[in-house]
Amino acid sequence: MALTTHLAGLLEVVPFGEPACLIAPDGSASKAEGLEMPGDGELIELYRRLVTARRFDRLATTLTRQGRLAVYPSADGQEACQVGAVLALGPQDWMFPTYRETVALVTRGIPAVEALSLLRGDWHCGYDPVKWRTAPQCTPLATQALHAVGLGFAARLKGEVTAVLVFLGDGATSEGDANIAMNFAAVYDVPVVFFIQNNQYAISVPLSKQTRSPTLAHRALGYGIGGYRVDGNDVVAVREMVSQLLDEARNGGGPAVVEAVTYRMEAHTNADDAGRYRPAGEARSWVERDPLARIEAYLTGRGVLDQALRDDIAAAAARFASSVRETLNTDVVPDPASLFDHVYSRPTPLLVAEAALLAEEIGLAGEEAP
Amino acid sequence: MSVTMAEALNRALHDAMAEDDTVLVFGEDVGQLGGVFRVTDGLTADFGEQRCFDTPLAESGIVGTAVGMAMHGFRPVVEMQFDAFAYPAFEQITSHVAKLRNRTRSCLSLPLVIRIPYGGGIGGVEHHSDSSEAYYVHTPGLTVLVPAGAADAYSMLREAIEMPDPVVFFEPKRRYWAKADVELPLRTEPATRAVVRRPGADVTVIAYGAMVDTALEAAAAGVSEGLDLEVVDLRSLSPFDAETVAESVRRTGRAIVVHEASTFGGFGAEVAARLTEMCFHHLEAPILRVGGLDIPYPPPMLEEYHLPSVDRILDAVDALQWDDGAVTEPARGAAR
Repeated sequence: MALTTHLAGLLEVVPFGEPACLIAPDGSASKAEGLEMPGDGELIELYRRLVTARRFDRLATTLTRQGRLAVYPSADGQEACQVGAVLALGPQDWMFPTYRETVALVTRGIPAVEALSLLRGDWHCGYDPVKWRTAPQCTPLATQALHAVGLGFAARLKGEVTAVLVFLGDGATSEGDANIAMNFAAVYDVPVVFFIQNNQYAISVPLSKQTRSPTLAHRALGYGIGGYRVDGNDVVAVREMVSQLLDEARNGGGPAVVEAVTYRMEAHTNADDAGRYRPAGEARSWVERDPLARIEAYLTGRGVLDQALRDDIAAAAARFASSVRETLNTDVVPDPASLFDHVYSRPTPLLVAEAALLAEEIGLAGEEAP
Repeated sequence: MSVTMAEALNRALHDAMAEDDTVLVFGEDVGQLGGVFRVTDGLTADFGEQRCFDTPLAESGIVGTAVGMAMHGFRPVVEMQFDAFAYPAFEQITSHVAKLRNRTRSCLSLPLVIRIPYGGGIGGVEHHSDSSEAYYVHTPGLTVLVPAGAADAYSMLREAIEMPDPVVFFEPKRRYWAKADVELPLRTEPATRAVVRRPGADVTVIAYGAMVDTALEAAAAGVSEGLDLEVVDLRSLSPFDAETVAESVRRTGRAIVVHEASTFGGFGAEVAARLTEMCFHHLEAPILRVGGLDIPYPPPMLEEYHLPSVDRILDAVDALQWDDGAVTEPARGAAR
């Protein structure tokens, strides 16, 4: 047998089939090995969080159009990934988000105005990472995966029962740091779950130009750790799978890689034009796999979600959105003097001198104003 | 007690680990082997594999992992095996190590030390002799320290490990085996302070790392020519102790900055510019830079032409416009 034939055989043998799914796109129940359908109460809660997430995400896009945010990378279509994964975390766990995970931050409980600081542009990170056990949103791709591994390693050395969840995108899996992080995590048996949202595009570049792996879960095999695929538009399957893997990690099971298959319904950010690289109609085919519609249909079909409850949940989400809008409509005036406060634990003589110069500059500008 | 710089660094790591359980040492070959320069020798044996361990071979991974560990209560001291091998970690250092305090408005700080054996003079083949300090000095948020001898190596590394902010700690590898008579443990001047190593009246020679000894040799050689050179050891490149250096230059009226790194765009340019701004009316001549040539680091058989030498330093002293630009031997003596 030729060597190359052997490789083709190997790729077929590796058992990564369709992504695990508990609620099918049409709202019917589905089976996934090792995953159980939670009770109705939990499902209603997942639905409620998903409704809130979508409402928030759409509001953020609107606020960007109105000039209230500098930029916003939409999570439209990916809400189930972010809500499901975050709700799998325990209060002692840490998460490492990217710039696209503002929905994840809000789901974690971080006040929206703090979560939007980066994208509003008043500071790089608006929340206290230690308080929320949530690292600052990371922009240089995959670099945060190493921090997640380091933190998980530290937790393990301290004997804590803590797991770490790190968000990555499909494009980021090509970065060196993603691969180094998976390898370090495997070698040191770190309690970390690499949660890859495969939304099919890295800005404009489709997954087919990113990798020849049949799936992103295959990557895990090379590091000797578990790789899993989940339907990223099924909030229930995402929550169940990530919960289970975090739980195993906390109890010494080591790291895992999850590929959540989803789709970015909007462009990369408000500044991008997806029409330049995506075939017309492609996004429409994903509307049928919408994360919110399927759980709504499932719960309605089971008779646990009636019009009154739906209205209640929608009204609560609207109230949340309007409070966010109100806060974001208030102008924020960051203090230029604070630019020097957090470079070192104590300002160096150079910074003291520059702070004085800037203060003088601002003072002079104030005097010149009419 | 006679100790080499490598031994002093080893002792500093040992003492820091003994004193503080949160100090961890990791990197390539630092465990069983004790590091390619033996700076981490015996640490795994004394403190166990949980405190001093080998990592997979990925510098970005070493530094990135250290960031996460420092976020969660540890004080990692990581080793980059050689100067040029730290470049894969450059993104982690510049985008994260230097900025995490700033990004989080001091909610998080990173007490971590990145040790980088640097510089030439050991006959290393390519990629083993770079002087990469300017890249890090140009990054706000980093503290960049360079000891020149065994006593400072011990004291400054201890201080670096105790700092709440990240430190890039350059070790002049050609001085690893240089012996000094010091009693350890000891504490020298604060690490961010420059120190006058040899007082002199004619010219301030500013140096750091391996070039401090070269500058001192030049000063010794200059005596027979009637020159009295003052040698300042910077020790800390960022923050830069401008006051100590400026005080010296105001006294001597002339200055030379010496480093192994290529001259163009090097740290010497910053020193020269700053001192000119601070001491212009005291200067008798433009501040000169003596550095490596502006070439990629040469192969071992040619490195002697690249590295600043005693002669190159004394030639620069000659060129300091002792008599309105006339650079002659008698003019130099006549200047004082």
